[in-house]
Amino acid sequence: MAETGGSKAGVAPSDRCAIGISFGNSYSSIACTSEDSPVVIANEDGDRQIPTILSYVEGEEYTGNQAKALLVRNPNNTVVSFKDFLGQDFPSIDPTHCHAAAHPQDVNGTVSFTIQDKAEGDASTLSVSEISTRYLRRLVQSASDYLGKKVTSAVVTAPTNFTEKQRESLIKAANDADLEILQLINEPIASVLAYDARPEAKLEDKIVVVADLGGTRSDVAVVASRGGLYTILATAHDYEFSGVQLDKVLMDHFAKEFMKKNANVDPRENAKSLAKLKAESEAVKKALSLGANANFSVESLADGIDFQLTINRLRYETIGRKVFEGFNRLVEGVIKKAELDVLDIDEVILSGGTSHTPRIASNFRSIFPATTVIQAPSTSATAINPSELQARGAALQASLIQEYESEDIDQSTHPAVTTVKHITNAIGVISLSDDGEEVFTPIIAPETAAPARRTIHIAAPKDGGNVLVKVVEGGTHIKVTKPEPKAKENGTKEEGAEDEDDSDFDSDEEEEEHREKVWKIGTTLAEAGIKDVKKGGKIEVTINVAGDLAVTITTREVGGKGGVRGTLKAA
Amino acid sequence: MATVTTVTRALPALPEGWSAEKDFKPISSITASTQRTIEPVGPHFLAHARRARHKRTFSEDDRIQAQETAKNIEKDDESDESEPEDPMMLQREAKDWKSQDHYQVLGLSKYRWKATEDQIKRAHRKKVLKHHPDKKAAQGSTEDDNFFKCIQKATEVLLDPVKRRQFDSVDERADVDPPTRKEAAKGNYYKLWSRVFKSEARFSKQQPVPSFGDENSTKEEVDNFYNFWYNFDSWRSFEYLDEDVPDDNENRDQKRHMERKNANARKKKKAEDNARLRKMLDDCSAGDERIKKFRQEANAAKNKKRLDKENAEKQAKEEARLKKEAEEKAAKEAEEKAKADREANKKAKEAAKNAVKKNKRVLRGSVKDANYFAAGDASAAQIDAVLNDVELVQGKIDPDEIAALAGKLNGLKVADEIKGVWSEEVKRLIGAGKLKEGDAKNLV
Repeated sequence: MAETGGSKAGVAPSDRCAIGISFGNSYSSIACTSEDSPVVIANEDGDRQIPTILSYVEGEEYTGNQAKALLVRNPNNTVVSFKDFLGQDFPSIDPTHCHAAAHPQDVNGTVSFTIQDKAEGDASTLSVSEISTRYLRRLVQSASDYLGKKVTSAVVTAPTNFTEKQRESLIKAANDADLEILQLINEPIASVLAYDARPEAKLEDKIVVVADLGGTRSDVAVVASRGGLYTILATAHDYEFSGVQLDKVLMDHFAKEFMKKNANVDPRENAKSLAKLKAESEAVKKALSLGANANFSVESLADGIDFQLTINRLRYETIGRKVFEGFNRLVEGVIKKAELDVLDIDEVILSGGTSHTPRIASNFRSIFPATTVIQAPSTSATAINPSELQARGAALQASLIQEYESEDIDQSTHPAVTTVKHITNAIGVISLSDDGEEVFTPIIAPETAAPARRTIHIAAPKDGGNVLVKVVEGGTHIKVTKPEPKAKENGTKEEGAEDEDDSDFDSDEEEEEHREKVWKIGTTLAEAGIKDVKKGGKIEVTINVAGDLAVTITTREVGGKGGVRGTLKAA
Repeated sequence: MATVTTVTRALPALPEGWSAEKDFKPISSITASTQRTIEPVGPHFLAHARRARHKRTFSEDDRIQAQETAKNIEKDDESDESEPEDPMMLQREAKDWKSQDHYQVLGLSKYRWKATEDQIKRAHRKKVLKHHPDKKAAQGSTEDDNFFKCIQKATEVLLDPVKRRQFDSVDERADVDPPTRKEAAKGNYYKLWSRVFKSEARFSKQQPVPSFGDENSTKEEVDNFYNFWYNFDSWRSFEYLDEDVPDDNENRDQKRHMERKNANARKKKKAEDNARLRKMLDDCSAGDERIKKFRQEANAAKNKKRLDKENAEKQAKEEARLKKEAEEKAAKEAEEKAKADREANKKAKEAAKNAVKKNKRVLRGSVKDANYFAAGDASAAQIDAVLNDVELVQGKIDPDEIAALAGKLNGLKVADEIKGVWSEEVKRLIGAGKLKEGDAKNLV
């Protein structure tokens, strides 16, 4: 994606003070870098996840959690969930999430809200762009207060399906808030970058699934990370399975429990009760991500009746199963869309607030093979807080590019630079396995962007001598091994309890089915001979794919002189 | 990629009889590829973009990058040791540290307040290596560690943020003198002054400081600049110039006296500094063509308004004056006319009076001519009675009638005719009710 700020000139690289902003529908975060490591900034209330809400009471402006608290008392002057409306026409927006707050209106096709934003006088009609500007201004103010100097520029994350028009209006809204947008980066990439920029991270070729499970939407992307270059292979966007759905589940649960005790009072009927129910349900959801039990307690929930109830995590996971399974299907669907298999996935990064839920991570754990790393707080101790990933990634990107002229940034992100050929098949050499079979050893992984260069050191035959370096293309296929008969024996032993355990037995059998990823040797690209290799020596093979897919192969003995070099012309 | 993966699986041996030109046998090309977009994010993308934009290959780029980093390191080293040491400075006594230029001692004269902590540390290290007393001893010179102490003191001051600020506050060598009128007139007014303000800006608590700008700056920028500087919030303080306070417990009073004196001196210097800045700003703004330009523009607009207003006022005044004059003239004329009228009236009245007198004389004459209506000499009583009646009649009739009567009587000589006229007149008057029956019976 090639879009950057640039429209707001005048901030020289030396005067820049750049931060990363993750501007979400439900929550936003701001981050800066200190000594090359990203730090998420807390606003004046001490929140690192700042609800994307703007509220006005008697001319006073509130954002974040202060504004969120006002949803109960002051819903009509409180704007929520407005970010997705940016740059959209009124007919194409989904106003569901604004139901319990200020309602969007159609003003000449643009989305607007009527808000009493002054202490006196009539209510004013504010476009969603104006609302965003005001909200961003507050974010920037918080960051400036934290840093002690005026923040001039930012890298902002955007969903991958943000249209060109939406990106433009986001940039405009930011520019109106005196903020230069250095670059808009895709949300999943920001998350990947946040992980890859950790000092302990190794530079590997891997396929990453980024599941960004947010409050109002879930986005999943399959990203090929090849030598630090990221390519999105497939994306999926979902507005049905998200954090608010889990809130809804809890709200219904608590409402029903409440009605058991107070038969004729439904807290969902009354707007104020509903707002209280929703706020507390969200708090309970968050508490259940951390602890096994959580207490729901609202004073005067409806008709002046107080309500208190404890719920445990198991109960929550049972009632929310539908939503959790939705997340599973979403991830599986996008992998299929990328024409890959779960076995191809090396890493799953969970980002977004909903990712704190342990159940989602453990569900993913069971989908993916054991070799896949699931980066979520409940499955990995080293995982980064999923809510902070995007802001951190944006801050890292901001620190990388803030010293460049905006013109340079524009040119670098131009499609001419970013759109390149990606090789479909892996390139590698043939080596011998322990049983003497020919095995494909990948050097450049599939979906690597050209130009690319990779080097491997590979052992020569034990006795040395002349060695054949055969460079081939390789593909993968999934080898399914049938369940071993041993499993059946187990089954027959338990035959006494067959009737009850029948279904369990079947699923057991399925789990026993062994699937593995196997390399298949494809077209031979070239052969090279290295002569008189020392005993126990090693061969260095460097494959260099040029932008036009011409291949240069250099191979020599490690520590040796000369070597063999040859070029394959582009197809 | 510089990283290398190591694979332990062995390569196959070269089959017998395999041969190729230069031991390399190309067979085919890459079979399939897809056009995709890489994400413009991350350090590796920056490298990719650099290569793509400059059309470098991997190895070229590696080489150029390596050269650049190598150059940077060299430059760093160079920049540190470039300042020659003043032999006078090397002779300094450590106990006079208050008057020493700490930056010069460390060889950072050209950085001064801009020197970073890292630079100071490195400079210190470099100087220590050079001037350590043990080294001097090894070279056989006398054991003189005075300059070494100077270095230590300089580092102590500069690495302590509080002390460094105190020193920077009084570091006159970092000041840039405001340009004289002559210099500024030469044309680089903006350059010279902006240098001055850049140096003054180091005292600002608020950073960044608005820049002085140039001749193309907008009014807003210029206003902003002057507003900032006229409300300058400075951290400059003058503790560094304090006189030493005796640190013994012997004389508390003296100590307090010194402290008070110092505090007053600081206050005074601060006030002086503020006054200096203010004067400088006044000087600067006085010569600032932009302000003049903006003022002229504003004045032109304002003047236009004012002139319009003044013109309108003038016109109104003129009109009022004309009107007043006309009124005055009219009044004068009216007065004159009235005067003339009055005089004419007076004359007419006098004439009338004279006429009445004359007529009355005629009336009286007529009765005299008629011999008072007596036959023969009229007795005095007769004359008196007749004249009384004439008077009575005269008193009863107005001047016109008198004139008419006089007209009738004039020229009459015959007593009967005169009597006839008189009796007729009396009768008419009685008829008109002006005279009672029996009055003026002498005239009937």
